[in-house]
Amino acid sequence: MEKPNPNIKMWQGNVACAEGALAAGCRFFAGYPITPSSEIAEVLSRRLPMFGGKFIQMEDEIGAMGATIGASLGGVKAMTATSGPGFSLKQENLGFAAMAEVPCVIINVQRGGPSTGLPTHAAQGELMQARWGTHGDHPIIVLSPCSVRETYDMTVKAFNLSEKYRTPVILLSDEIVGHLTEKVEVPPIEELGLINRKKPTVSPDKYLPYEMDETDIPAMANFGEGYRYHVTGLAHDETGFPTNDPLKIEAQLERLNRKIDRYRDDIVEIETLYTDDAEILVISFGSTARSARRAVANARKNGTKAGLLRQKTVWPMPYREIEAIGANVKRIIVAEMNLGQLAHEVEWAVRRSKPVVRVNKINGEPITPKEIYNSIVIKE
Amino acid sequence: MDYLQYLRLDKMPHIWCDGCGHGIILKSILRTIDKLGWDKNDIAMVSGIGCSGRTPGYVDFNTLHTTHGRALAFATGLKIAKPKLHVIVVSGDGDAAAIGGNHFIHAARRNIDITMIIYNNYIYGMTGGQVSPTTPSGKKASTAPYGNPDMAFDISRLAQAAGAAYVARSTVYHVGRTDKYIEQALKKTGFSVVEILTPCPTSYGRQNKEGTAVDMMMYQKSNSVSIERAKKMSEEELEGKIITGVFVDKEQECYLSRYNEIVKRAQSIK
Repeated sequence: MEKPNPNIKMWQGNVACAEGALAAGCRFFAGYPITPSSEIAEVLSRRLPMFGGKFIQMEDEIGAMGATIGASLGGVKAMTATSGPGFSLKQENLGFAAMAEVPCVIINVQRGGPSTGLPTHAAQGELMQARWGTHGDHPIIVLSPCSVRETYDMTVKAFNLSEKYRTPVILLSDEIVGHLTEKVEVPPIEELGLINRKKPTVSPDKYLPYEMDETDIPAMANFGEGYRYHVTGLAHDETGFPTNDPLKIEAQLERLNRKIDRYRDDIVEIETLYTDDAEILVISFGSTARSARRAVANARKNGTKAGLLRQKTVWPMPYREIEAIGANVKRIIVAEMNLGQLAHEVEWAVRRSKPVVRVNKINGEPITPKEIYNSIVIKE
Repeated sequence: MDYLQYLRLDKMPHIWCDGCGHGIILKSILRTIDKLGWDKNDIAMVSGIGCSGRTPGYVDFNTLHTTHGRALAFATGLKIAKPKLHVIVVSGDGDAAAIGGNHFIHAARRNIDITMIIYNNYIYGMTGGQVSPTTPSGKKASTAPYGNPDMAFDISRLAQAAGAAYVARSTVYHVGRTDKYIEQALKKTGFSVVEILTPCPTSYGRQNKEGTAVDMMMYQKSNSVSIERAKKMSEEELEGKIITGVFVDKEQECYLSRYNEIVKRAQSIK
């Protein structure tokens, strides 16, 4: 009998997320129980101490987000995971992480909303909250996996991007991907291309934690390593101390928002299928993209020139890619488990030059391939 | 001693009003740190929002000014990630006992090795004198113009009930005792709390006609009762009195020590 390959696993999406975090070097997790993300906390409570890491169940979601940021400032890659209502509670401290430029990863396994909504059913209603949930203009990176293997890869990528760009990164999963069990071939750790934050090379007296250099990404010193600096959510200057000087505030906030925009080509990833000659373009993300992929394949089989654009990166929004691919098609279909949060962005990307058809569902049931297919083959 | 070595002088003047007691507390903290001889690189001071929250900006440590009420949550992550750091949280009565109340009782329950210094001035000073969870019942505030209808929290008793390893209360008038309590708290392994009553003549004093800062400190002097003496007094006699002293001082295993055992156990599984 053939020896089983130890790198082949049957994993649930949430387990793959936890394992991806460990592979990425995450050694701190703070969480609070919430369906449908709790498996991530459960797995990490068992696995993190095996790696010498630390797991803590905090008193609430707000505390879990705060502890995650605190641990990252201490120099440890840190993560928290939650779902809908918990994601709402995380927003204030998520804004702190964006403002103070503290790398960290936030997993949101989306469930039906609003409010308590549908705890055990899937939705994609936080596309906009993930971008704009915390107050004020701020940068954010949001990735959305559509399979178990991709959940693993994207959790690693989320850590890499957060360390590289000194920013919180959100992994926008959903109940379907989170609870789906699939075969995963775990890649060797050397292939993950792990990234660690840029450390200061200057002496502590010359260190500027929010330096305006040509990269727009300041080097980050960890607390307790000889660089005694100040971190605040208040508007601050290059030194990190609060300021009311409008010019300094403007310079810092512009750099803060620019640092993701200017590297968007390094961040944005999309998957395309049959887009070269497509007349009808389906755009989707997360678990809904699985149905979209099937619908497009079926339409092709039946002679309809359909194509798929799947957003692996949700934010920054791939406007440029949507515009370019959308320019050659007659009609665009946006499939998502909300009432059109992505469709609105797509309409904007193509400047309303094409009809954008919405396939939406918010009752907790997945959008089926048939529903998307029907929308592809319909005669106008 | 040389206080200046611990201060970020270029950040002065500080924002605290004339007569505010917060500077007296800061000096107590710095004197104690100097006495203990701690390296500045090994100290992290974490705060939330409010007048107390500005303290870290003035001191030359690793300093973190977080969101309202959340200092303990950030500090918990920091302490776990970097156990060698001495983590000191400074907080006010609103920050610690209202918006941060949940983190406060759970940090005490968890007995994480953090020292929390609470500046209790009975009021939200920075936002303009609104009623706080420690404003005595009947006292006035900008959101309690007819007198406070709520009952006040006793922060030290709350910390004691929640399981803190060390709890003491003092006032800014009693500087010697404050120094002693802060020293005991900083030396304690586990969650330690020092509640220090500090006058806010600008907001609390003015709205309640309690006179100048000196008048308010003299009130602290004449109305403080030690915890030992308080035990022999009736409830009526204790009305309006400030009970000071060490409420709790016990040895109990701290969170990190317990978690290190978990790491060992997890790593022994093959």
